[in-house]
Amino acid sequence: MSAIVIKNNQQIPVTSIPVLDYQDFLIFNTFLLKSEENHCVNYFGIVDNKNVKLFCCIANDANQTILVSSSIINLEKTYPSFSEQHLAFEKFEREIHENFGINYTNHPWLKPVRYSFNRQQPKNTIANYPFFKIKSEELHEVGVGPIHAGIIEPGHFRFLCNGEQILHLEIQLGYQHRGIENLFLQKKKLIERNTLAENIAGDSVIGHTTAFANLWESLSNNVVSEEIMVSRTIALELERIAVHTGDLSGICTDIAFQLGSAVFGRLRTPIINFFQEWCGNRLGKSLIRVGSNHFPLTNELKTKLIVLLDKFEPDFDEMCKNTFHTPTVLGRLEKTGIISNPLGKEIGLVGMAARMTDINRDIRSSHPYGYYPLLAHQPILKGHGDVQSRGQIRREEVKQSIHYIRKLLANVPLQQEEEKIQQKLTPNSFVLSLVEGWRGEICHCAITDAKGELIHYKIKDPSFHNWLAVAMSVRNNEISDFPICNKSFNLSYCGHDL
Amino acid sequence: MLENIKILYHQGKQYIPNLRTVEAPGVFRGRPVISKESVDNEALKECCPTQAIAVNPIQIDLGKCTFCGECAIAFPHKIKFTKDYKIATNSLDGLLVKEGEDKPITLNADLIRAEIQHYFKGSLKLRQVSAGGDGSCELELGACSNVNFDMGRYGIDFVASPRHADGIVITGPITENMAKPLQTAYEAIPEPKIVILCGVDAISGGIFVDSPAINRNILKTLKIDLYVPGNPIHPLTFINGVLDLIGRK
Repeated sequence: MSAIVIKNNQQIPVTSIPVLDYQDFLIFNTFLLKSEENHCVNYFGIVDNKNVKLFCCIANDANQTILVSSSIINLEKTYPSFSEQHLAFEKFEREIHENFGINYTNHPWLKPVRYSFNRQQPKNTIANYPFFKIKSEELHEVGVGPIHAGIIEPGHFRFLCNGEQILHLEIQLGYQHRGIENLFLQKKKLIERNTLAENIAGDSVIGHTTAFANLWESLSNNVVSEEIMVSRTIALELERIAVHTGDLSGICTDIAFQLGSAVFGRLRTPIINFFQEWCGNRLGKSLIRVGSNHFPLTNELKTKLIVLLDKFEPDFDEMCKNTFHTPTVLGRLEKTGIISNPLGKEIGLVGMAARMTDINRDIRSSHPYGYYPLLAHQPILKGHGDVQSRGQIRREEVKQSIHYIRKLLANVPLQQEEEKIQQKLTPNSFVLSLVEGWRGEICHCAITDAKGELIHYKIKDPSFHNWLAVAMSVRNNEISDFPICNKSFNLSYCGHDL
Repeated sequence: MLENIKILYHQGKQYIPNLRTVEAPGVFRGRPVISKESVDNEALKECCPTQAIAVNPIQIDLGKCTFCGECAIAFPHKIKFTKDYKIATNSLDGLLVKEGEDKPITLNADLIRAEIQHYFKGSLKLRQVSAGGDGSCELELGACSNVNFDMGRYGIDFVASPRHADGIVITGPITENMAKPLQTAYEAIPEPKIVILCGVDAISGGIFVDSPAINRNILKTLKIDLYVPGNPIHPLTFINGVLDLIGRK
């Protein structure tokens, strides 16, 4: 057997993961990706004595399974790359190369991913990176960042332009690198780790913390009540509504459509204020805790949320109808920043960015967890792959989330007496947790040693897959359309840099 | 056109009339109050993820506090978080909340440089730099300028270039990879300039304080004019703190 077949959040012994010869490992995993129902959810390495042990996790979206295989490689040897067979592996291999210095013979571009503090080449710094250049009298370069004009996170964008037209965009990230994966091992208390999960990405607090909590509960053999599962599902869908609405405001801002910018911006306020009423924090920090729920959804809160959504929905509909029927808006959104379906598949897009170009990839339906199996989620798909599709998908997903929340609110079970949380982790175990955040699939993996101590914690934000799509989408567009292309993806810098 | 007017009519007035006195909705966790009740001090310290609680006497450092409320859940009679969002101040001492005290957090007037109120009382332009921030404080700083909070009514705005700015607002624990760009942005701001640290990560490093990937050396060389606690900061905390700093009513 080449791989162990597991389910989302299933705890397995590390020893049950087959260890393959590298050549077999490469053939097995790259062959899996030839089938459209498979995609790579995580591929990472850990130090194994003087060698590096690689773990590759391929999700099968058709039958709710994940295939995990591994291989031990010697750092003194050279190895052929997965990326040569399938582009979706390119970022993962760059990360492995950056962290361990593995020599790949045929990787297309071993550019550093995030200049992590423990990288193999400390002399290569983010400041002295040589950007890709084309020698030509006609072309010019435009550099933007790391600090941008607005209140957003840092990243550097280097454009090669032919007049107003973008020929090539190179994105340089890593400015936000805080060493979070390492801190998960450094900090020993559960509350510290729970807090870390909340601070991975401020716009996906619920998404990342749910992935952490699901993983931890599996690893420590805690079973959570139905009430907690329903609450987390409601919180995830509320986060989706809040960020999608805020993004519609951002898209309107970038095309100077003032009415949409103001109205969508203000429509986000009652949703995040509800988080504050619920748990005391507008972005939902402190709401998700392993094995417990400090903030039950009381009848009073439920009524408030129903009233809030009843008021929100007609306003949201009215503004969407206006926005998506205004010719000057459509003129800017349609056929701008296109990612075709074949390109999306090659890149290995996930989440909303995949669905906008007709790739059916949604963890809520393909690897459902918590309460999603009962919702029988049907992903919303769009076919044009342009900014318009990314706007429309937000509009429809907000409506779908409202529908789900109403359905869930009708049957939130009563809070049960909380059982004491089991703290001890199962020794020598591996767990992989997938959650569909508003941006796409969030993947957390953990491995424990013989004493039940954490020896590896791996986080993958959906942005890790999708940043390449931003660079590709702007090619042959005017440079003035870059902000709207970037905003329509709204990828995370801190989630990528960790 | 008629459609647009209809939307405006449906939206009505969305701004908060008085940002100085409005009540925060729900169970907002603002300034904590610590009672004199005796508890298991070690257990109290232990429940904090960011070592914000010190003992003898018991006090909470709002510069380290991530406002998760775990201590108030574990020791409900010892610690209560009030809805008082006016928790910004201009000294590290001012961030300490001691047991048995229940007094508002204010700015120390002696520490406010004279030129700040002279130049910036009527108009303040700020440049925001995220140096490893998780995007949450950044979202809330953005919200300060939305139609609800409308900070622009006081002439306070965020601007695109440090050369147009009167001050810098720093979020995040300051990563090694952002240390240099942050320094460059700070230097590009003309004198006199103010420095505001926003959120637990910027003030103390927060949960990231002992990470080898951060580099907070720049803070040793800067005079900090305002500390705005929170994770993330609440727009009302930021706006009220800045108004107090520039001497607006």
